[in-house]
Amino acid sequence: MNRRKHPIKLGLLILALSLTSAMQADDLFNNNASNLKSGTLLKDRPTYSPVTEQRLTKPEARNWLMYRGTYDSQGYSPLDQINAKNVHQLKPSWTFSTGMREAHQAPPVVNDGYMFVTTPHNHLLALDARNGELLWRYERELPEDQVQMHPTNRGVALHGDYVYMATADAYLVALNARTGKVEWEQEVEDYASGYYMTMAPLAASGKIMVGVSGGEFGIRGFIAAFDAKTGKPAWKTYTIPAPGEPGSESWPGDTWKTGGVPVWITGSYDPASKTTYWGTGNGGPWMGDARPGDNLYATSVIALDVDSGKLRGHHQYHWNDSWDWDEVSAPLLLDFQRNGKTVKGLVHPGRNGYLWFLERGKEKINFVDAKPYVKQDVFKSIDPVTGRPEYNLERKPATGKVTTFCPSSWGGKDWPPAAFNPQTRLLYIPANDNVCGKLKGQEAEYREGQLYLGAALEEFEVVLHEDAKDYIGELQAWNVDTAEKAWSVKFKSHNWGPILATAGDLVFAGGTNDRYFRAYNARSGKLLWQQRTNSGVIGVPVSYEIDGVQYIAVQSGYGVDAEREQALLNLSKGTTTYVPQGGVIWVFALEKENNQ
Amino acid sequence: MKTKARNCPTESSAANPGCPCRANAPTHRGRRRALKLGLLGAAWSPLTVFAARKPGKMRPQAGDHLVFAYGERQGEIISPGDLTLNAKPIEAYPKQLASNVIRDRSRLNALLLVRLDPQTLPPTMDKYAANGLVAYSAVCTHTGCTVEGWDPATQQMSCPCHGSQYAAGNAAKVLMGPAPKPLAMLPLSINSGELTVAGAFSRKVGFKVNKY
Ligand code: FES
Repeated sequence: MNRRKHPIKLGLLILALSLTSAMQADDLFNNNASNLKSGTLLKDRPTYSPVTEQRLTKPEARNWLMYRGTYDSQGYSPLDQINAKNVHQLKPSWTFSTGMREAHQAPPVVNDGYMFVTTPHNHLLALDARNGELLWRYERELPEDQVQMHPTNRGVALHGDYVYMATADAYLVALNARTGKVEWEQEVEDYASGYYMTMAPLAASGKIMVGVSGGEFGIRGFIAAFDAKTGKPAWKTYTIPAPGEPGSESWPGDTWKTGGVPVWITGSYDPASKTTYWGTGNGGPWMGDARPGDNLYATSVIALDVDSGKLRGHHQYHWNDSWDWDEVSAPLLLDFQRNGKTVKGLVHPGRNGYLWFLERGKEKINFVDAKPYVKQDVFKSIDPVTGRPEYNLERKPATGKVTTFCPSSWGGKDWPPAAFNPQTRLLYIPANDNVCGKLKGQEAEYREGQLYLGAALEEFEVVLHEDAKDYIGELQAWNVDTAEKAWSVKFKSHNWGPILATAGDLVFAGGTNDRYFRAYNARSGKLLWQQRTNSGVIGVPVSYEIDGVQYIAVQSGYGVDAEREQALLNLSKGTTTYVPQGGVIWVFALEKENNQ
Repeated sequence: MKTKARNCPTESSAANPGCPCRANAPTHRGRRRALKLGLLGAAWSPLTVFAARKPGKMRPQAGDHLVFAYGERQGEIISPGDLTLNAKPIEAYPKQLASNVIRDRSRLNALLLVRLDPQTLPPTMDKYAANGLVAYSAVCTHTGCTVEGWDPATQQMSCPCHGSQYAAGNAAKVLMGPAPKPLAMLPLSINSGELTVAGAFSRKVGFKVNKY
């Protein structure tokens, strides 16, 4: 017995000594030591390339510096070492278990050898992008009395020497990218009133911008900007106008105070006009008859001046939402052809099941055209000039009524981002078809920080179209110049897979409940490669290059709405499909011998 | 920079010094000050802990009464006659009569009060139920939403956020959904017609982040 104890003691002593020296070396005590799990010694970490405005505007092909890679939100990598010819040789290069459950949706953001990944409950990992070595790990202590309606986080923003994360308790945290030290943190709103954040912040023009979640908790949505260096608040623009402001007439009485309209996906940015474009969520509570009116600027795209936050224009995709069709995905900024002219466009596959083509005018957003990309039985018609839909009122949920409508509340496409390949001219949409929704509207009573829904969630059901036996999930490709569908891959499973397009003529996506991550031919949709992973892949895939090797990286970790939809599909289909949880970062490269 | 006093559960920190209390995780100036105060508190712990026990935040204590959390009768004491068999649970908070304090400063004290048929309750609930009256924590063990839904036919409580279902008649056993554990039960007693709390929660309330 005694003999055994010694090695343990010795081991502990060594551990203690090495920890002490590691901590001294890293000076961990000067800040958030309790939140920081150091992976490697500071001296062993790569040097860090500061992220300048110039680099953000034109990121190097080898890096993935923000949520969608570039400000235009195209989700496109110009790297082509991995291509349609050799992708069958793609192999896992390294993996890293995050140790967390729930939805792993963040893209691995990469800056010259540093990879930053966020997990549910706001852990932030810095890894060596070459080999998966943990450099540091920040674990936010979240208040134990908070509600997490959506336990997920969608990634970081980079600016200068800092890395930024928006948190579930509605703080914006700036950490030193190399050391993991918290440089500042700023409360964005009070989590006790139902505010929380899941999006990757947007870094532009010396500011860090975030929007807030909480549309189901009676918040008043907004986008706020903070000085990138100091965290000092710069501006705050509400998505619901206050009485007297333009658009306020679309909210009766006091409904504007608790009308929701969250913003929970990163905006796009046009550096030429210094304009940011954000998608907004639906009004709350869910039943539109609780807030009669158009409810500006709900379910819209809004254009904000990056320096002042001033509203420069908007387009409302659909008015007086009653379906929970958040239109939070930011539109992709891309030029498309129409009637022989090039349109400086905004393209948005809507949760409402329509694919929207808009024009970004100087102080205005113009409607171009729109057409359904999944079965949609709510819109009777669309005004050809304004784009305003007319509704089939039988398909509009209301208080005290049970209504079915297609697509379901999760829409033709929920948050998972679409991607665009400028070479194929194709827009790739992670779609869901043949799943309709059933909602029972009921009155909601506002209580601070509590669910303020207006629908009986016990009776929230999915209703399957007869074609659902053939497919639900889809990967669709649309030519943006002709607004025609080029091809579609169909899945029996629902699809929650964010998309990466690459110059190697490839499209990467997971999203199905069979845990596969796949590569398709960008021109034909032909399946070229697949890898079964630990869990469902609902993370945003990225590509980067180091030392001449191109990598594809993605998180696998099922949860939140994909899981909830699976549960309802199981009920409706009588299936028992189970998708395991737990997050793993996967990084792939071509097999070594083929690299050389 | 704005710093905010967080809802740090002082009483549970006292009971469990390892509790991840945010005041002990200084990340900037305000927090550092909080840390210093915390260290000071640790030095004089009996006194400080006593002072820090804000009755409005403390978990329910034996002898507390229960009051309506919302609605027209908000704040009024709930008596056994207010509860109807198999009807939707009443949302309640504990109240300490002596200090006249409702313990609603922490949402972890939110309760669901329901009347079930005592004949149908399993023996595991004997310690907690009082003549068919049962109090559960209203905070879902998945990620903390208020368990609002109710099906009178099956006596299932459901969480609106991700669909977890709990069996009210069987110690809040999880029947469906992502909730990892049953809701905590709060023992009740009825003495000369007065409904009161008889002891502590059966388990820690709220949710736990699963970590490696
Ligand atoms: S918080 Fe209740 S089911 Fe998720």
